[in-house]
Amino acid sequence: MTPKISLTRVLFFVFFTSILSFPFISSAQDEIPTEEARISEGESLFKGNCASCHKVHEKLVGPALKDVYDRAPSIDWIVNFVWNSQKVIASGDEYANALWDEYKPTQMTAFPTFSRDQILSILAYVKVETEAGPAVAQVATDATTGAVSAGDAIPSFYLNTIMIGLVVVLVLILVVLILITTVLRKYLNQKGDLEADDAEIINSTFSLEGLVRSKPFIFLVTFIFAAVVFKVTINQLFAVGVQIGYAPKQPIAFSHEIHAGQYEIDCQYCHTGVRKSKSANIPSPNICMNCHSAIKTESPEIQKIYAAIENDKPIEWIRVHNLPDLAYFNHSQHVEVGNIECQTCHGPVEEMEVIGQHSLLTMGWCIDCHRNTEVNTKDNAYYDNLVELHDASSKEALKVEDIGGLECSKCHY
Amino acid sequence: MSDNKKTYWKGIEQLTNDPAFVKNAENEFPEFLPISDNEEGGSSRRDFLKMMGFGVAAVSLAACEAPIRKAIPYVNKPVDIDPGVPNYYASTYVQGGDYCSIVVKTREGRPIKIEGNELSKISQGGVNAQVEASVLSLYDNERLRNPKKAGADITWEELDKEVAAKLNSIATQGGQIRIVSNTVLSPTTKRVIEDFKTKYPTTQHVVYDTAAAEGMLVANEQSFGKRMIPSYDFSKADVIVSFGADFLGTWISPVEFTKQYSKTRRLGDGKKEMSRHYQFEGNLSLTGANADYRTPVKPSEEAKSVVALYQALTGKKSSIANIDKAAADLKKAGSKSLVVSGSNDPAVQAVVNAINTMLGSYGTTIDASKPVYYKQGDEKAFGTFVADAKAGKVSAVIFYNCNPVYNTQYGADIKNALAKVALKISTSDRLDETADLVEYIAPDHHFLESWGDANPSKGVYSFVQPTITPIFKTRQVQESLLTWAGVEKVDYFEYLKGGWETTLVAQGMSWDKALHDGVIEISESGTETDTGTEEEGDWVVGPPASASIPDAISKINTNYKSSGTELSIYQKIGIGDGTQANSPWLQEMPDPITKATWDNYLTVSQAWAVENDVTFVEGKSNMAKLTVGDTSLTLPIVIQPGQEKETVGVAVGYGRTSAGKVANGRGVDVYPLISKINGMSSYSVMSGVSVEVLPEMYQVAQTQTQQTYMGRETVIQEATLGEYQKDPGAGRYHPHIATWQEESGETSPGNLSLWKGHKYKNHHWGLAIDLNTCTGCSACHVACQSENNIPVVGREEVINRRDMHWMRIDRYYSSRPEEEMSESEQGMMDSRKLELTASNPEVTFQPMMCQHCNNAPCETVCPVAATTHSTEGLNQMTYNRCIGTRYCANNCPYKVRRFNWFKYHDNSQFEDVNTYMSNDLGKMVLNPDVTVRSRGVMEKCSLCVQRIQYGKLEAKKEGRRPNDGDINVACASACPSDAIVFGDMNDKESQIYKMLKIQDTEKADYIIEKEIGEPRAYHVLEEIGVKPNVAYLTKIRNKDKA
Repeated sequence: MTPKISLTRVLFFVFFTSILSFPFISSAQDEIPTEEARISEGESLFKGNCASCHKVHEKLVGPALKDVYDRAPSIDWIVNFVWNSQKVIASGDEYANALWDEYKPTQMTAFPTFSRDQILSILAYVKVETEAGPAVAQVATDATTGAVSAGDAIPSFYLNTIMIGLVVVLVLILVVLILITTVLRKYLNQKGDLEADDAEIINSTFSLEGLVRSKPFIFLVTFIFAAVVFKVTINQLFAVGVQIGYAPKQPIAFSHEIHAGQYEIDCQYCHTGVRKSKSANIPSPNICMNCHSAIKTESPEIQKIYAAIENDKPIEWIRVHNLPDLAYFNHSQHVEVGNIECQTCHGPVEEMEVIGQHSLLTMGWCIDCHRNTEVNTKDNAYYDNLVELHDASSKEALKVEDIGGLECSKCHY
Repeated sequence: MSDNKKTYWKGIEQLTNDPAFVKNAENEFPEFLPISDNEEGGSSRRDFLKMMGFGVAAVSLAACEAPIRKAIPYVNKPVDIDPGVPNYYASTYVQGGDYCSIVVKTREGRPIKIEGNELSKISQGGVNAQVEASVLSLYDNERLRNPKKAGADITWEELDKEVAAKLNSIATQGGQIRIVSNTVLSPTTKRVIEDFKTKYPTTQHVVYDTAAAEGMLVANEQSFGKRMIPSYDFSKADVIVSFGADFLGTWISPVEFTKQYSKTRRLGDGKKEMSRHYQFEGNLSLTGANADYRTPVKPSEEAKSVVALYQALTGKKSSIANIDKAAADLKKAGSKSLVVSGSNDPAVQAVVNAINTMLGSYGTTIDASKPVYYKQGDEKAFGTFVADAKAGKVSAVIFYNCNPVYNTQYGADIKNALAKVALKISTSDRLDETADLVEYIAPDHHFLESWGDANPSKGVYSFVQPTITPIFKTRQVQESLLTWAGVEKVDYFEYLKGGWETTLVAQGMSWDKALHDGVIEISESGTETDTGTEEEGDWVVGPPASASIPDAISKINTNYKSSGTELSIYQKIGIGDGTQANSPWLQEMPDPITKATWDNYLTVSQAWAVENDVTFVEGKSNMAKLTVGDTSLTLPIVIQPGQEKETVGVAVGYGRTSAGKVANGRGVDVYPLISKINGMSSYSVMSGVSVEVLPEMYQVAQTQTQQTYMGRETVIQEATLGEYQKDPGAGRYHPHIATWQEESGETSPGNLSLWKGHKYKNHHWGLAIDLNTCTGCSACHVACQSENNIPVVGREEVINRRDMHWMRIDRYYSSRPEEEMSESEQGMMDSRKLELTASNPEVTFQPMMCQHCNNAPCETVCPVAATTHSTEGLNQMTYNRCIGTRYCANNCPYKVRRFNWFKYHDNSQFEDVNTYMSNDLGKMVLNPDVTVRSRGVMEKCSLCVQRIQYGKLEAKKEGRRPNDGDINVACASACPSDAIVFGDMNDKESQIYKMLKIQDTEKADYIIEKEIGEPRAYHVLEEIGVKPNVAYLTKIRNKDKA
């Protein structure tokens, strides 16, 4: 069932994207430079300024920039938007407002210092990247060169056109066929000397009731229904206990965005246990007081911390990341020994106003990571012999999996 | 093994081949289903559940919204505490005269486990079962939460005011005040009592011991002019003779003695000599079970055999078995010998002293210049106190952490006398039998909440520091006494520290260092601190007043008269004197010898049982009515091999009426039966004992009959010392299996395998267990329970064979095979033969836990892969994956898997026994790193995988390999005889690698690239080829012939 769905989805998607992009193809802007020097200038500008929020083929903080020169109303519009996006939005521009609705409250940083030519260089780079196609696909084809012939590297645009052409031809054939049968039937009926059997064939009425009652139909419908129910149930069951996106309101409106993002306070400053203990620890108010004894003392939220200290009553935070009791997880193993970034599991905490669960925290998710992650063996004598033994028998890097990272009693005891 | 024709048996039922036993032995589980509550309509409950099943599932699916869980940080995080990281504090376990230096593991500020303190020269890192279990008593729900007056709560201020006023008025009228306690080891507490005495000069401190050893104090005073107990060093003894002294179990300082004893029993590393141990006793004690030569003697003969040994040493032959032999060995060993006696009779101890002097033991195995203070009881003073109280001469009495109404033979007298005492105060932590009768209760802290010190032997001091903030409104006794003595603003910590400061400074030590280490040693050449324990000065042991010996012998001859059945009272390893009776861990700990739990009982010999028509059906046995003088008790009978045939035994510590719901009503109280011999209390009752066998049947919950090996006699492998010296592999059994692959036509079973084996690149964990040093003391057993959150199931479920212990100590008896019996013996009736075999069997203890087989039979049968093999050699058990088919348990050749028939935690059915998983207080003792298992899953020894993981992580954090000893499993770390050794068999520096002489082999066919080179090492059931990672070393007995 899944391949069926995905195939239709692909076709559907291909169909619509091509229809959307079709009219613009001819109107590609000639203004965008094509010289090598401009493109490389654009690349360095892009990487230095834009890459933190934009990618060409993927949506990051901001939209993907693929085809932007075709999508946006005009090159001038793009230039204006880069100079000051909020101004364009405020002007009531329809396209800009649609974007704002999608991405707010994230504002695009204004770049008033860019010259028009510089922006055009960036667009040149984007154009080259757009035409080169997504990097992942390229890598994939590179990796499998032996199996895939070079001819497969047709740009998706041509494929789309061919597909649309085919669809149009098929529709035309269908129309012609219907016309022919209508004409033929009319002709035969007018002839009037038909045998009863033939007449029945010609004038066969389509019986809906018959179809509904037919066994294959009932079977098919039942099967599809059962399959859908089954799939939904399975999906629901897999979602049991998965609280991805769980971001409850906390007793104090603490913002990680301000502390970790804006002020770049190290995670460890507050989560003191993360390198030495199984739990990272939620900071006790005395850590808050290191700063807030002087900063923002009037804020009602900060007052709550003072109250907690004064009444000797701990702050009852709502626990966001809940692992079941049967799973043992140790922060220090991952952060101190494995040198894993906090964000790998907790997501972009520095952008979270309210902390929420970023990852699945299911066993499958753990296992996946253990399968793919290389062991941080650098400067750790614990692993020296293991790396040696592993390298002797394998060319791949030493993964967590290779040192028993998938074994039950690593996490369950 | 092939030349070892001994019969091994686990109990009388196996020996008699009782049909019920045979039937049960074949079943892994008793055949009845776990439907319990018949009276409450169990089946309807199940039907209800069945019907509810779907509904509940549907509702719970619909209500999948996870409950809100809170994460609550400290308000002000203590600097030393990081949630998730354990802290360790050195402290001291003191219970009356029982002493052990310990290290307490705390998590988030609460003690969860007790380990031995390696720095102590006395306990040397060892613990015993009672010490291990003492952490649980901290979280006992029966502890008093408030000071009390006449049963009602009262504030400390009110109590202090009233008590001080009353004491003052008594003191001004010249009324007598008594402080009654067990032995006080703390010098600072003694100073507090002195302060109290200064304020109230009519105060007297009366000390008694529940298992008195005053006979030794008196005898030493007579012999050497000094009232003391010398320190013993069993490790220096080549020949040990013990007359009823259970020095490995309960006598004076068992942890210390076990450490020393095990040193003399260890072989290997070129050491081919071991001590020879003779034991003369009535009951089969733990110590007797470890003896090379054991002679069952009646209590009345025990003293006479001491005399006989004395006379044998002077050349007179004795009729008592093994006495002449012992005498010859002692003479040969000379000063490297040690004779001890558990008797409380000064006359007996005087003879023992004479023997030791004659042998020259003083200076080698006995150090009289370093006395120990474990027993300070003064029976005469205590008797006077009871008499005075009865006569109404005592106006006030303070019971300092003691319970004489229960644990002395004067209980009834004291109970009556207390009515005549105006002011009665107890400092008991619970409403025990004595506290029940007093007006004021000023509950003391638990020792884990207290400050304190202890002086176990001369020059050795040990500190007690709190490891948790007091849970309840309790107060240290010392503070109470000082407050009542009128000291303002008492702070016992300052008092203690202040007292120590000058001493420590004089020794160049700091207070912090002393607390950190937990123990200090001060070379005291006369400069003893202000403790008042001892007079000044060293003294030299002179010859005992030899004139006193004939006198002592004549006293013994008049005092010990045999009279039919005699009673020998003893303390059990777990329950001891009954102070910790409310500990479910100790109640359910199978007694090392009888394997019985939850009860005390009358142990009788097989011969006695046959004579008195005691039936033994399906584990049930007759009840008996035991009458001593005018006291009668009804208790169950257990037939005990090795019991002297006219002696019956029974343990104290049971029959508590007011200890808490775990202990109350379990067994019978035999303290009132304690007799008096030669003016001293005695655990031997030699006259007026009669036993009547009753028709009622009762089943004592024994774990003994379960999990037999079905006659596979390769489980225990043993040899005599002589054989071992000739061939280190003596006694080993090497099974062979026919094969065409080898030229010889046969090979060892491990070489033939369906499996490919495992490659252990990283670690390869294993255990080595030396059956020769294991004494069976069961400290490991309780340590395992404490470490791994193992539930207690209660008496009924033990009978149903559903005990949950991950490790057990298998106790095997062995006796001569029938072929070796003399012709006349062979012609005997079966029952007579049985008596003969059971009369004095050899005993072997074998700790048995998951063997972590490399070819684990359990792994291959699990349908859901809930039990799997790790790359480090562990057999892993994953509870959350287990669906409870129990195939693994059925397929386990060692029967070490345990199935959770019930949800034992938070279950009202088990709340009376599994207390620590049923209430919030008790749950604080649970190890947060180990899952509390629920119903329907299998569990077993994990080789303390949580400790392995922790140790590995610590090493990784420091960027190194774990050193040998960094990681230790709970059983091995608790072991007072160092019989269990855990380690990484891949680590060439590890103790286990060296101990087992592991050799890497290139034999690649079977991929365990290691072979054990130690000739003594063997795997249990080697013939089935499961290749365990647990190896045992053969038992060697220092006997002339097997």
